[in-house]
Amino acid sequence: MRHDLVLRVVGKLLVPFILLFALYVQFHGDFGPGGGFQAGVIFAAGMVFYALIFGLENARRVMPDRLVETMLAAGVLLYAGVGVAGLLLGGNYLDYFVLDRNPVLGQHRGIFWVEVGVAVTVCGVMLKIFYMFASRGGADGPGPQ
Amino acid sequence: MAERGGRIIETLIVDLLLVLMALAVLVLARTRNLFAAVVLLGIYSFLMATAMVALDAVDVAMTEAAVGAGISTVLLLGALHLCRSQEAKPVHRPWLPLALSASTAVLLIHGALGLPDFADPQAPIHQHVAPRYLQNEVDVPNVVTAVLASFRGFDTLGETTVVFTAGVGIIALLRRRRPKAEGGADEA
Amino acid sequence: MNMAAHFSHFSYIVTVLLMVAGLFIVIARGNLIKKLIGLSVFQTSVYLLYIAPGKLIGGTAPILAPQFSVYSNPLPHVLILTAIVVGVATLALGLAIAVRIREAYDSIEEDEILALDHTAADAQGNGSP
Repeated sequence: MRHDLVLRVVGKLLVPFILLFALYVQFHGDFGPGGGFQAGVIFAAGMVFYALIFGLENARRVMPDRLVETMLAAGVLLYAGVGVAGLLLGGNYLDYFVLDRNPVLGQHRGIFWVEVGVAVTVCGVMLKIFYMFASRGGADGPGPQ
Repeated sequence: MAERGGRIIETLIVDLLLVLMALAVLVLARTRNLFAAVVLLGIYSFLMATAMVALDAVDVAMTEAAVGAGISTVLLLGALHLCRSQEAKPVHRPWLPLALSASTAVLLIHGALGLPDFADPQAPIHQHVAPRYLQNEVDVPNVVTAVLASFRGFDTLGETTVVFTAGVGIIALLRRRRPKAEGGADEA
Repeated sequence: MNMAAHFSHFSYIVTVLLMVAGLFIVIARGNLIKKLIGLSVFQTSVYLLYIAPGKLIGGTAPILAPQFSVYSNPLPHVLILTAIVVGVATLALGLAIAVRIREAYDSIEEDEILALDHTAADAQGNGSP
């Protein structure tokens, strides 16, 4: 699809807005519809859109395999880490009240980091699945290691 | 009086969307062309997302639209391309599955008729934990995010782990390159 | 009155029909990808079964704002959010298995795969060089 002019131009215009919208959904998940899952999926969908138009190699250059695999694990680690932080600061596992001097602010902080962890993992998994399916055709380039 | 009119309109919108979904699924069950089936699944997911908005479930609608109609369609098309399959084989008369499905439907409808009326404010679902969740204890206006991340945080941790496990599983399944036609070497 | 009572259960009845249609596709079709599509239809209709009872006419989405006092129930939304993402993870795993089966048996029709398995088992049982 690289040679289709309309697709290329529209794609170049749309992809930054899609990624920006994903970040908006992530950070405004507290005040409107949204949150970690939606943001991760929309971000992955933006990257899939880019890969469909400009080719898998270009998408791999923007988000390499190593980065995506790290994202997969880092999100879960972050989520579990917030729980452990609650333990270290004197409360229960995944207790947000102890994360800050003011318990309500502690809740805000805990919810924020937990949603980031969820978004990172979901985005990584969706992208990784797409990469594996798309590169399985065999003809183009070496498979992922 | 106007309230009853509004109630009827809201119910009608949801019911109309449900009828459209049923039509889409009926065509999906009958078609043999797999590409058409994938597109119909995308249509069904979009209609489901619209029905979710009509039912005031905006977070769920956003997720269903992005996941069901977006990612799911892409994955199915990718798998369809890899499996090189366009058509399903013609079906011999499926009497036994039809009978099983019909009896399951009768049982489930019999059970569903015992559920509370649609949009009944006195239904048990609204009586126990939900009023407490709506009390704004954690000062986060989006109650769904608050419940997901704070009140039911352990569930979300488990679900993130499930998603991670699925990713690892797919890496394990599809890691090797596609073997050559002669059954030759496949590298790890 | 009776008609109105059954009309108020219309959404549940259609949800059950959608579920059963998905179930029919899973057990009646032999193509692996068609089965997975049927499974996806089944899962998606179950979301409706959870969300529909939570709706309150005249209520709004469960996002607290000073001008609203009636909200739809947020608890099913939370459960279904998890279910949607787990559903797509399941679908992806199923598709990966289907791709591997295609590469091993060169077919994704259930009866062809079973026939190939039987002939392979027969060949193994009959002869050893």
